[in-house]
Amino acid sequence: MTTDLPFAITLDVGTSLANKTGTWRTQLPVYVSRRPPCATACPAGEDPQKWLYQAEDGDYETAWRTIMAVNPFPAVIGRVCFHPCQTSCNRAQLDEAVGINSVERFIGDEALRRGWTMPVAVSTGRRVLVIGAGPAGMTAAYQLARLGHTVVVKESAPHAGGMLTYGIPRYRLPRDIVDAEIARIAAMGVTIELDSPVEDLAAELREGGWDAAFLAVGAQLGKRTDIPAGDSVRILDAIAMLHSVADDLPPLLGRRVVVYGGGDTAMDAARTARRIGATDATIVYRRTRDRMPAHPVELDEAEAEGVTVRWLSTISQVDADRIVMERMRLDDAGKPQPTGEYETLTADAVVLAIGQDTDLTLLDAVSDVNKTDGMVGVDQDFATGHRGLWAGGDIVADQHTVTAAIGHGTRAATAIHAYLGGSTGRPSVDDRAPADFGSLSTWYYSDAPASVRPQLEAARRVETFDEVVAGLTTETALYEARRCMSCGNCFECDSCYSVCPDNAVIKLGPGLKYAIDPDYCKGCGLCAAECPAGAIEMRPENS
Amino acid sequence: MTVERTRFYQVGSWAAGNRLLDPESASVQADPHRANALTCGHRACQGCGEALAARWVLDTAMRATGGQMVVVNATGCLEVFSTPYPESSWQVPWLHSLFGNAPAVAAGVAAALSAQGRTDVRVIAQAGDGGTVDIGMGCLSGMFERGDDVLFVCYDNEAYMNTGVQRSAATPPWARTTTTPVAGEALGNRYGQGKDLPRIAMAHRIPYVATATVADLRDLEAKVTAAMSIHGARYLHVLVPCPLGWATTASDTIHVARLATQSGLFPVFEARDGAVTDVTKIRHRAATADYLRAQGRYAHLFTPEPRTEVLDAIEAVAQRNISEYGLVDDVEEAAP
Repeated sequence: MTTDLPFAITLDVGTSLANKTGTWRTQLPVYVSRRPPCATACPAGEDPQKWLYQAEDGDYETAWRTIMAVNPFPAVIGRVCFHPCQTSCNRAQLDEAVGINSVERFIGDEALRRGWTMPVAVSTGRRVLVIGAGPAGMTAAYQLARLGHTVVVKESAPHAGGMLTYGIPRYRLPRDIVDAEIARIAAMGVTIELDSPVEDLAAELREGGWDAAFLAVGAQLGKRTDIPAGDSVRILDAIAMLHSVADDLPPLLGRRVVVYGGGDTAMDAARTARRIGATDATIVYRRTRDRMPAHPVELDEAEAEGVTVRWLSTISQVDADRIVMERMRLDDAGKPQPTGEYETLTADAVVLAIGQDTDLTLLDAVSDVNKTDGMVGVDQDFATGHRGLWAGGDIVADQHTVTAAIGHGTRAATAIHAYLGGSTGRPSVDDRAPADFGSLSTWYYSDAPASVRPQLEAARRVETFDEVVAGLTTETALYEARRCMSCGNCFECDSCYSVCPDNAVIKLGPGLKYAIDPDYCKGCGLCAAECPAGAIEMRPENS
Repeated sequence: MTVERTRFYQVGSWAAGNRLLDPESASVQADPHRANALTCGHRACQGCGEALAARWVLDTAMRATGGQMVVVNATGCLEVFSTPYPESSWQVPWLHSLFGNAPAVAAGVAAALSAQGRTDVRVIAQAGDGGTVDIGMGCLSGMFERGDDVLFVCYDNEAYMNTGVQRSAATPPWARTTTTPVAGEALGNRYGQGKDLPRIAMAHRIPYVATATVADLRDLEAKVTAAMSIHGARYLHVLVPCPLGWATTASDTIHVARLATQSGLFPVFEARDGAVTDVTKIRHRAATADYLRAQGRYAHLFTPEPRTEVLDAIEAVAQRNISEYGLVDDVEEAAP
């Protein structure tokens, strides 16, 4: 003992660091990564939270590469996706969903503007045939080319793109965007043979020397329905009509056009009819607004352009200049039932938008493929019953959207790659626990509205095929990306580091995040409770 | 005090920092080189609001003074859990004398420094609510009245927690403590409304009085910084939930403080020279019942049956604060 201590003091001052309060603990905070709802919802398999995080500091190229890992069409998808990511976005419960789709479009456009490309692996010498140059086929072609396989795409139409080119009107998806994203895939070494329909797949597979094939011919036929019709009436199907408009050969519809159906194709047909000269475009639909399969945004935009809708109506007769409609009512099961009340509506043409059919005659000689209700049967990897043949897009039973088709293409390509000996298994499954709204500490997020994409005046839209929804600017894209709440994943906000009463959170530096100091953490759980993103979990100490 | 909120990032400045925020805009607590004036190994309970607030206040003051400061501590939890002989958790010059005399000791330290010509060294005194509103009240009033160059910080957890949750003059009505138990007709603390010390401090017309909580780090840091930019007697009153005394979950400390402010029961404001100059508006209005229900010390107001008359009286207190301090913007209130 030293003798120069003050009076009555027998010990030197020590630090409390000697007191390891971590021994009090019964539970320990653990940094976790949870699966954000946007990633769960995306049919293409994107993880928007991941690329929004990368876009937040302006690193759009890294964000683009993350998207490109699963989706080679960011600029297309940024325009036409119905963004289930936004529908499920946790931020919608706070103020408004993050405009994920508009940021993706911005990133996709930025990539085209700057000419970013994806690297291609060394050639494997394997040859894969893709039938159909729509979104599913081109996605599979892209993924397989990226992995080093030789890919030939055979397309029956004179233009690549499938429904991107022939189904979606140009005011929603400009042709040059589709062409540019397809050209980027072609530049990776994918051969696209246009005007090359495959009529007998069995013969093609036998004689072509292919190691594998992916079938994605789409649903090209508009469904017809049996409506009593007089002479000289114009009835056409929406798919054929949109196809003709895409070919710059718009059909003569007259001034008053009736569109029969309630899906997105009906919206496209009605809006397109307005653009090619119809003064009245009326949609006839047998159910009610809330039961309509069309996306509400599509309906809103159609109505804003002057398209009218006759709800709870079916067409029972078509004459030269008018249609007869029967009023319907919904029964207890929500099914429309006839009422026996009729009314007439003047009409110069009727466009049927009541669904699409597939033409699978090319499979006639392939006996081991299951074809039911015009759909090709596939397993979870999109393999058909025929060895070496996969199928995806609108010919398999799933949602029939561009985004789903892209998901099919990527998943099938992964399986084909494994089949060709390139890898051993399926893509890794995202088995993270979901980051639901309740796991967030939303107090920390400041309130801000979504950037609303400036819209052309409805009147002007009707005149032209200009793109309806304009894109974000550099500033607004950054703003929108930064509205992401980073659900379930640390974004280094320093909350845990600041709220620990025991100074037991260690800040590791930019990009390195944090660590818990087990010597002093008492396990109070404040860091987990206050983590804005819900990225900390308390776990019992003895587990 | 109106804190500039960065509205650009996911969390803006409602969180301590952000990887994208330039260091100048981040809080002191986000700084990897913060002083950690109260460091690890102290013996405060899990989730202690007082330990948290003390580090926030003193780290901010350390930055504001360039590390040139002395802290005087009254007796209380903060003193006991930080300095069991011979250990100390303090990484600042720190002095403890008695329970009731911290304001007088701090005034003496300030006078001594002044006599030595050390105008660069600043003095902070800190105490719990007992040491402030009860035992230290006389000394504190004297310190205010003389205008000593001291920032006095009260960490208010609304009772004597260190000695076993005895009632103080800052204990709110109807709260259960060990000296105001729930028994028979008695529903917890049966005395008055508690001393409103920020108002008492303002009555001394000192240059700076402010309230804050552990629910708003940015606001608290801004107030400490403002206080340290002024000379004379200053007072900061920080609400610090106590999991032990309030019977709350340790992880709820910040949440409960937030409910106190968002219900209107604890007004957060700033006053200069005796007049309120700034008020932190309620951002997401919370129900007083939610604040009370989160705390075991008010459990008797809900079980066996809700004591509606008491709940209404507490709601009336919140309403009075809201109208007295203007805690709610009429415009924002009208918005959905």
